[in-house]
Amino acid sequence: MVSGGVSKFAKARPDATFQKIVKESFDYAMHDVPKLKHSMIDGSVVSYFSDHFTRQLMAGIMATDYLGLCPKPNKRIEGGGATGGLCFQAGWEAVASGRMNVCAAFGFETMSRVPTWKGNEFIALASDVNFDYPVGGFYSGYYAMMVNRHMHEFGTTVEQLAMVSVKNHMNAYGNPYAQKRRKLTIADVRNSAMVAYPLTLLDICVMSDGAATCILADEETAFRLTDHPVKITGVGTGTDMMRMADRPHGDVLLAPNEKKSDYRNLKYPGVHSFRAGRSAGLQAYKMAGITDPLKQLDFVELHDAYTSSEIQTYEDLALCKYGDGGKFVEAGYPFMPQIDYGMKLPMKGALPVNPSGGLIACGHPVGATGLMQAVFAFWQIQGSIKKHYGSGELQLKKADRGLIHSHAGTGTYVTVSIMERGW
Amino acid sequence: MAKKNPTIAPAASPKVEELMTGTTVFNIPLPADLKALKGMSPIVVKQPYHIDYIHSYGQDSPFFAGLSNGKLLGTKCGRCDYTYATPRLACTHCGRETKWVEIPLSGRVHTFTTCYFGGEEFLKETPFHLVLVEFDGVDTLFLSRLIGPAGPEDIRIGMKVKAKFRRNSQLKPTDVYFVPSE
Ligand SMILES: [Zn+2]
Repeated sequence: MVSGGVSKFAKARPDATFQKIVKESFDYAMHDVPKLKHSMIDGSVVSYFSDHFTRQLMAGIMATDYLGLCPKPNKRIEGGGATGGLCFQAGWEAVASGRMNVCAAFGFETMSRVPTWKGNEFIALASDVNFDYPVGGFYSGYYAMMVNRHMHEFGTTVEQLAMVSVKNHMNAYGNPYAQKRRKLTIADVRNSAMVAYPLTLLDICVMSDGAATCILADEETAFRLTDHPVKITGVGTGTDMMRMADRPHGDVLLAPNEKKSDYRNLKYPGVHSFRAGRSAGLQAYKMAGITDPLKQLDFVELHDAYTSSEIQTYEDLALCKYGDGGKFVEAGYPFMPQIDYGMKLPMKGALPVNPSGGLIACGHPVGATGLMQAVFAFWQIQGSIKKHYGSGELQLKKADRGLIHSHAGTGTYVTVSIMERGW
Repeated sequence: MAKKNPTIAPAASPKVEELMTGTTVFNIPLPADLKALKGMSPIVVKQPYHIDYIHSYGQDSPFFAGLSNGKLLGTKCGRCDYTYATPRLACTHCGRETKWVEIPLSGRVHTFTTCYFGGEEFLKETPFHLVLVEFDGVDTLFLSRLIGPAGPEDIRIGMKVKAKFRRNSQLKPTDVYFVPSE
């Protein structure tokens, strides 16, 4: 990866159509590598989640032609909430296969075009319309059921969930791209409106208008364009059954740092864990040669559409054992070392998770989200946070290797990509 | 359960409800200097969108016929001896075609939630409880509504529940719902 750009995520961007918002992020990425000429781009991949939100079929080609990338190759990538992560990997595939030397991967969502509850209805249509949508029709309800089982199985607490919200909102304070920058306490999170028990309004990400672009290139071209390219050393993509009710209750997919005896009585994944996340993580770790992710990663940008799914994802990514996600956040592991959260955190900064503020604070314009994570991770590894955020507050001292994680509806598609300092 | 007005979004401070109505503008004057157009506010118009789908339940249809006859129909793979509470006509483990079987009408709460908000179509029904029900001898779960308990504090995982059926079938999965049976 040689460059990236993000439009500032906002609740509503009535001033622009999706094409222009994409172009903002694309132009930013182009300006960041002046040696990259438009003509050097061999093709592109584009992602957006919902035709319902755009009320425009084939919006992908419209973004592509606005960027002047015709008649070169392009295709649309879609996979629910993981749309952006899948697009990033599709861009990587185009370069890794040798089909392109330079590939632009861009994505967007304009969710403000319908009222919030209509938007929730559209999102819920990404659940089985024969059996699930007509019964509940609400993704926050599905995730709430998953975390209630997680709490039952492992003793996870609502305060532990709230700590994730406090952390990510506080991190976003240093990120000018974030939609919500707020200093919160655990009590604020618990006292906000209950949406689906036990998840409150502040446990859940918001809808957004936004776009993000990543420019990917082969190694030789990358070094011609920039002195500080980031190498993608591992990719993994996992899947699971759409209906949560259908998920198996079997054995854990073991990470290299786990053994069967760790999980004698655990039925897996059930509805408490995301098997797709574990599967994607194991593939990416194997490819990148990672056997102890907690030690070998410097930071993680993961898909925290819900505070609960951040905790569940710590476990899927084997940052801690299944069941220990709540204790992981309580001990402070995923907090930033340099930020004062007003809490006692003995293991603070051990492995910062969502230094950018994550989806909960940055917003979740679905088709852009996974690419946004890649851009934030790219800047973090480059050490260029100060340049792009205007302040170095969120720059980690050591950020040589990061993980990005994108996740679709109740864990149906999950992508994990490992990014490393390439110079 | 206290019923609140579901059209008002949760907010930190009181505010007036947003409406999707407005004024129709018939003419917008242009400035003499076209350069000034770059400073123009966006024009936002309302575009209705309504579709009646001719939706087919396809191979899942017998399940809905079952509900109208007071039966929960799932499927079973003869080869894997694996029973699906929510029917699927191809076994996910071996790919074989499954057969229809009756699922018990009593089970336990595997997990639950109470939804205070929802997709627009369901907002008027909030708050409501969702449950995933587990059954003895059945390998997968079943998503349904739980009727009866006042709030989430009255529901617990492992609680015994039984199926009830609407007398007038709507041919929807909500033709069955569960109530506490302990
Ligand atoms: Zn089978």
